[in-house]
Amino acid sequence: MTATGPVPLATELLSAGAHAAGAQAPTAGANAMRTHAVTLAAEAGGRGFLSPTGVEIAFLLVGLVTLGAAIVTVTTRQLVHAALWLVVALGGLAVEYLLLTAEFIAWVQVLIYVGSVVVLLLFGLMLTKAPIGRSPDADSGNRPAALAVAVTAAVTLVWVVVDAFRTTWIDLDEAGRGSTAATGRMLFQHWVLPFEALSLLLLSALVGAIVLARRDGNGTRGRDGGRGRDDGGNADRDSGRDGVTEEQR
Amino acid sequence: MTDALDITWRLLAVFVAFLLLPLIVGQAEHKVMAHMQGRLGPMSAGGFHGWAQLVADGVKFAQKEDIVPAGADRRVFRIAPAVALLPYLLVLVAIPVGPGDAVGRPLDAGLFYVLAMMGVGVLGSLMGGWASANKYSLLGGVRTAAQLLAYELPMLLSAASVAMAAGTVSLVGILDGFQWWWVPWQIAGALVFFTAGLAELHRPPFDMPVADSEIIFGAYTEYTGLRFALFLLAEYAGIVVLCALTAVLFLGGWHGPVGSGWFWTLLKTALLAFVVIWLRVSFPRLREDQLQKFAWTVLVPLALAQIALTGVVKVVVS
Repeated sequence: MTATGPVPLATELLSAGAHAAGAQAPTAGANAMRTHAVTLAAEAGGRGFLSPTGVEIAFLLVGLVTLGAAIVTVTTRQLVHAALWLVVALGGLAVEYLLLTAEFIAWVQVLIYVGSVVVLLLFGLMLTKAPIGRSPDADSGNRPAALAVAVTAAVTLVWVVVDAFRTTWIDLDEAGRGSTAATGRMLFQHWVLPFEALSLLLLSALVGAIVLARRDGNGTRGRDGGRGRDDGGNADRDSGRDGVTEEQR
Repeated sequence: MTDALDITWRLLAVFVAFLLLPLIVGQAEHKVMAHMQGRLGPMSAGGFHGWAQLVADGVKFAQKEDIVPAGADRRVFRIAPAVALLPYLLVLVAIPVGPGDAVGRPLDAGLFYVLAMMGVGVLGSLMGGWASANKYSLLGGVRTAAQLLAYELPMLLSAASVAMAAGTVSLVGILDGFQWWWVPWQIAGALVFFTAGLAELHRPPFDMPVADSEIIFGAYTEYTGLRFALFLLAEYAGIVVLCALTAVLFLGGWHGPVGSGWFWTLLKTALLAFVVIWLRVSFPRLREDQLQKFAWTVLVPLALAQIALTGVVKVVVS
């Protein structure tokens, strides 16, 4: 499940609610939950795509908007517009979470992705090269490879999610299904291992960023100057300190 | 039907507060700054101590020509003020002002909601800074982004400390669980939250991104008329939101030493807004590197220490 990445993971958390609560919760409500889950499974046969409810229609429409914004993000030739369309796509995802009653995850989505990741993206674009209008040289020539990776990833994700939750129906009317308390309990009881694995991933990304950003003694970038040198951590740390003082002067 | 009526009434009340409170803070800023600097401030507009000054300003802004620079990215330039202003309106919906259900809309994850929306507001400055096709604006935008990245972390950490103390991320729930000794217990977190919030709003002494004397109002350099007024309104709405949030999270919101009610929320918010103005008058602007250093070497460690303290006390008490 870890391979599916953070976004589907959140959806799984939600959908997995029926399994986890019904099968393992040792509380007094467990029996009720179990019968509920069974009813859900029995009802699943009766539900179909031909009798959509309002929420389902809204879910589909927002999904279309999200998909459209995502496609514009990768096809537009204006770099900053791509970042702004990404805001629309990520916001659309947040609305989808809301429609699935996963309020907490929706706000975290906005906080982390829109409020921090996109700001970081824009910051990077503004610092380097962000002309107004088209940037014809923004194409790296990797289109076929990128398309192949994207399609493979999408097929894998869709297949895994569909296969795992084919007959699971979420009862959106049930109170507290996607609440912060329910999400937290599920995250730290049933999904601790993926959670910890993700934090390790973030840690390695942080360490990698520090390695890339560090300077060596000659004042050149660590990425270029550090390539030929491999003389142990102490020398690097000392020179790194020099780099900092240089910067402060 | 009564549900729809109830919701309409609540949204209307929030909207009126959104239109009124920032103006009151703006007027207070005019007068308080003036008296602190030994002058009178606006005295003519409206007759009594210039109470209608901001109304007059609004009329003036509405009459000015709305100019989009020739080299600008027109669409982004035009929607940037709305992106800057609307999130604060949305935040106000979730802030509880009194006991019971005196809140626009109680949210289960209200704390995350308000922080997320406040982060979105900064996108407006970034969009305006980039789309203006002006070097000063771009510099302002870059500084805005750098400042947000530095100060978002301590703000989140100090808010997390309150959530830990209360055992909930619902703003209503946090107030319901409030005890008076939370104020001294969370005081470091309160300072960090308030300071980081000031930085996020670009209020002095953290106004490097808009520094009018060197980069000429940064991201807003090219804006005129109503669109500029919207950016200004966003700043004052931001002050209201920040002060109300600090009051709710750290000062007990509607809990008061004598009785409890919406009055206390308003009073605490007003006092904090006064402090915001006071800081503007009394502190010089921090340099960009000082800003960054302050966030990473003072606020972040302080917020982490507050979280540790919260955890220890929480375990000891329970």
